[in-house]
Amino acid sequence: MPLKSSQEAFAAALLNPEAPVPEGVVNPEGAPAPKRFAVYRNNVTVSLIEALATAFPVIEKSVGEEFFKAMAAEFVRAHPPSSPLLMFYGDAFPGFLEQFEPVRHLTYLSDLAKLEQLRRRAYHARDAEPLGADFLAAVPPKALGTLRVTFHPAVHILTSSHPVLSIWEWNNAGAPDGASLPQTGEDVLISRPELDVEQRRLPPGGAAFLQTLATAAPLGEAAAAGAAFEGFDLTANITGLLESRIVTDFTVDGAA
Amino acid sequence: MTTHRLSQKDAIPARAGVGLKACHYDDIIEGKPDLGWFEIHAENYMGDGGKPHHALRQIREHYPLSCHGVGLSIGSAQGLDPDHLDRLKKVVERYEPGLVSEHLAWSTHDTGFLNDLLPVPYTHETLDRVAQHIDQVQTHLGRQILLENPSTYVAFAESEMSEIAFLEGVVAKSGCGLLLDVNNVFVSATNQGYSPEDYLARFPVDHVGEIHLGGHAPDLDDEDRPLLIDAHDRAVAGQVWQLYEDLIARIGPRPTLVEWDNDVPVWPDLFAEARRAEAILGSKAGGGAKSRAA
Repeated sequence: MPLKSSQEAFAAALLNPEAPVPEGVVNPEGAPAPKRFAVYRNNVTVSLIEALATAFPVIEKSVGEEFFKAMAAEFVRAHPPSSPLLMFYGDAFPGFLEQFEPVRHLTYLSDLAKLEQLRRRAYHARDAEPLGADFLAAVPPKALGTLRVTFHPAVHILTSSHPVLSIWEWNNAGAPDGASLPQTGEDVLISRPELDVEQRRLPPGGAAFLQTLATAAPLGEAAAAGAAFEGFDLTANITGLLESRIVTDFTVDGAA
Repeated sequence: MTTHRLSQKDAIPARAGVGLKACHYDDIIEGKPDLGWFEIHAENYMGDGGKPHHALRQIREHYPLSCHGVGLSIGSAQGLDPDHLDRLKKVVERYEPGLVSEHLAWSTHDTGFLNDLLPVPYTHETLDRVAQHIDQVQTHLGRQILLENPSTYVAFAESEMSEIAFLEGVVAKSGCGLLLDVNNVFVSATNQGYSPEDYLARFPVDHVGEIHLGGHAPDLDDEDRPLLIDAHDRAVAGQVWQLYEDLIARIGPRPTLVEWDNDVPVWPDLFAEARRAEAILGSKAGGGAKSRAA
């Protein structure tokens, strides 16, 4: 059998537990060896499930280890990785969670998986030096509306109609005494000023404000985008922009 | 020695090294253990930045480094992934490893990346394919690579030659070197029913640039005979140490790596395994390997 056909048969049988052992895959005496072949089948499935568990630890914690394994096995068969870069395996996992019947009622799971995925992207993002929290000190107040910023490569913004960050925190550290989950959605800024991934809840309009800045639009335009949301507070958002250390470069019109 | 270690392609010494795991970064960076070198899995450092690179830069300043790929799929019937080849080149340029190695196995197919080191039939067609892929990698990287002998669990009815003949053929055609994994020899010999001593006696040792040692897990095959799994989840087995000691006595010291990738132990336990390899190397090298009180 040409190598291409034999590997096609081998690959197909690896991902389908019901498929027969490919022809010609034998034990040393030339006899069929399903148990031996199952070692490869098991290695592939188990290692990919482990890769998913490493990538989505909070999803695993929230649904339980046993259930996660069974669910991940389904995912692995439907969406095997397309590249050997397993650090980014699971891009399709949030979408899968929306469709997977046994968890469809847990409508927040998909956003929780997106948060974990963005945290991973941020962890591996290119290094860059953020500006200090005082970088606006040199900008004349009148020129502030023309400020354009460059974000750190690790910056991501997640908008959610679920209290996704609170759910993430509760799963990680336990619920604070006497607290109940917020009833509103939470928008989250994910960043990595140095080596550790950080995340913070954004105030009303904060996601629109940052998403507009991310397009290299001036601060004036970003403020208008934020102001479309009730309760938008420009000063609080600018303070957040400075404190979160997500800016690596900036320009203002008319500046030398 | 200059202080600009990163600018040199430090050769891997004929001492013991260990596979670098993220959980040991702090032990290594702070403790600077007396070890000859470290080996990375290339794919773990194919991200752009962040902690993995931050740690590896610091470790590379103090130790020679070897780069071991697990995702190139050299035994694949389809062509190599040019993007992955570029990613490997970037890691090699970034860290200037003393050795670069890959596996005699395949893992990528049209259906995607299968994340295991899958076996190849030992046919002339496969041999040509593997040699051509290695040639492509060596040309792309501008250097020789080492090819590792596999752990196998099945045989192929269509195989036309022995594993040794296959490896010799690949070396002759591509000019690559070999990475001799002694645990893989023991695992495959047990699983395929031949003698590991005979295999090692016939192995083309002149081409061996590196040796691997690792732990395996016991299982049973379809006929309830022992089937060993290359699990890298425990200490090196006694029989593997014996094979290794006999091998070093015969061929002299070679860079030797202890691999422990699953159920990774605390640093002192892994370090102790490496010291055991170092003691064997040192006793055959006229005290070439440094000793240190335990």
